[in-house]
Amino acid sequence: MICSPSSRATSSRRCLISFSRVSKRYPGGQEVLKDVSFVINAGELAFLTGPSGAGKSTLLKLIPAIERPSAGSVVVNGQNVGALRPAAIPFLRRHLGLVFQDQKLLYDRSVYDNVMLPLSFSGLAPREAARRARAALDKVGLLARERANPVQLSGGEQQRVAIARAVVNRPTLLIADEPTANLDEESALRILEIFLAFHQVGVTVLIATHDQVLVTRFGQRVLRLAGGRLVDAAVGA
Amino acid sequence: MRTWLRQHRQAFAAALGKLAAQKATGMVSALVIGVALALPTGGYALLDGVRALTGRMALDPQLSVFLRGDVKRADAGALAARIKADPRVAALRFVPRELALKELAAVEGLSDVVGALERNPLPDAFVLRSRDPDPQTIDALAADLRREPAVEHVQADAGWARRLAALARLARLAVLLLAALLAFGLVAVTFNTIRLQILTQRDEIAVSKLIGATDAFIRRPFFYVGLLQGLGGGLLALAIVWVGLGLLNVQVAALAATYGTNFRFAFLSRSDALAVVLFAAGLGWLGAYLSVSRYLREIQPK
Repeated sequence: MICSPSSRATSSRRCLISFSRVSKRYPGGQEVLKDVSFVINAGELAFLTGPSGAGKSTLLKLIPAIERPSAGSVVVNGQNVGALRPAAIPFLRRHLGLVFQDQKLLYDRSVYDNVMLPLSFSGLAPREAARRARAALDKVGLLARERANPVQLSGGEQQRVAIARAVVNRPTLLIADEPTANLDEESALRILEIFLAFHQVGVTVLIATHDQVLVTRFGQRVLRLAGGRLVDAAVGA
Repeated sequence: MRTWLRQHRQAFAAALGKLAAQKATGMVSALVIGVALALPTGGYALLDGVRALTGRMALDPQLSVFLRGDVKRADAGALAARIKADPRVAALRFVPRELALKELAAVEGLSDVVGALERNPLPDAFVLRSRDPDPQTIDALAADLRREPAVEHVQADAGWARRLAALARLARLAVLLLAALLAFGLVAVTFNTIRLQILTQRDEIAVSKLIGATDAFIRRPFFYVGLLQGLGGGLLALAIVWVGLGLLNVQVAALAATYGTNFRFAFLSRSDALAVVLFAAGLGWLGAYLSVSRYLREIQPK
């Protein structure tokens, strides 16, 4: 199945992400992704699983053009991101919500200022920006901690701050790389429930995780990677 | 347009924030820039003063004519009348030896020396002004006067004024070279401070790029930091020169009084001062620009 700009208009559930025959080889290294093809439709929630080193992180990095494919095409929201001009990349990323394994929070400022960061790029009116930042913090249940420094928070809370920062620009697509790694089960469940809540209001969500237990519990679509190949792209129950 | 203005206001605020966060570094950089710029700026102000002085002398071409000691006062008067009749001479003043001695005694520190003299060693003299400031006319006039038997020595002031002017031109070139050299230094200083700031904010820059900041957005505050640092340095340079000239003028005033002038070194004109500040700000911006273009590209999110 090919996801082209024209198919967006025709299909009822338009596809948001389309990988077709994507390979990725790092300079001097071996092939991390081999001939990967799949489509994720708008509004879907999908898990990307597989053992460490299977290529999950690399696959996710292709979507916001942090890495570019060596072969094949990655189309996001009708844009071939592998061929995007460098100047256009920031605008692609603003429409994506990215949550990283290591959170990538800034520890020299408050939780609130961390969430405000993406809004400062777009030149939003200060009052509107403040309103959105508080709304995002409220959604992850951390409004009361907005003045705290991220180091004062637990791992799960830091991950929730990262999610708030990812959704503050109201993205249509939320991508998370191992968001529950290093978290206890209760915190991990809480994180997944937040993602599920965004999925229920229509946000497309793609989560990479190696935690099979969590994946099966949520019963959503699973893309399984092994050795750089997609071995199972079945739609879940 | 409003968004554009807001983004610049935000960048300006961010730059102030960056400077406030690194008060010491920013202040030291501004100080270095200020001191470096004060050298050529001060040199320029001094030369401007010297040029004004030599210009006044060159335009006021005086000749001093010293008579032989044995010339009678009556002969001197006759000579004065003859010289005055020369069409090349605009004005003539007779300085009798007694008056010359009295003027000398009035000079601070010399009254004792004059008092100790047994007899007046000074000759009668004329001070005359040429109608034409052209050096050749003055040299010809001086040569004619030297041929007078009663004349012992003719001193054309324009001669050393011309040499001084030539020297001032040379010094001006030296100041320009110094300014060019220090401009490079200033760019290097800004380059380095911005580089350090970029390195300390590596994380923020990487994360910002990762979540959709444009390069322009990341660059802008650094440009403002460079601009503000240059601006601060320029203002500091002006302050240093102003204080320096003030201190210098106290001494210059005392010296000038002994020459009977009220010469002072003037501060830079308003447009020159503005030019210094703008130049410094421009160089700061350039340093920031070079640094940002060099180091921001290296920070790529992984």
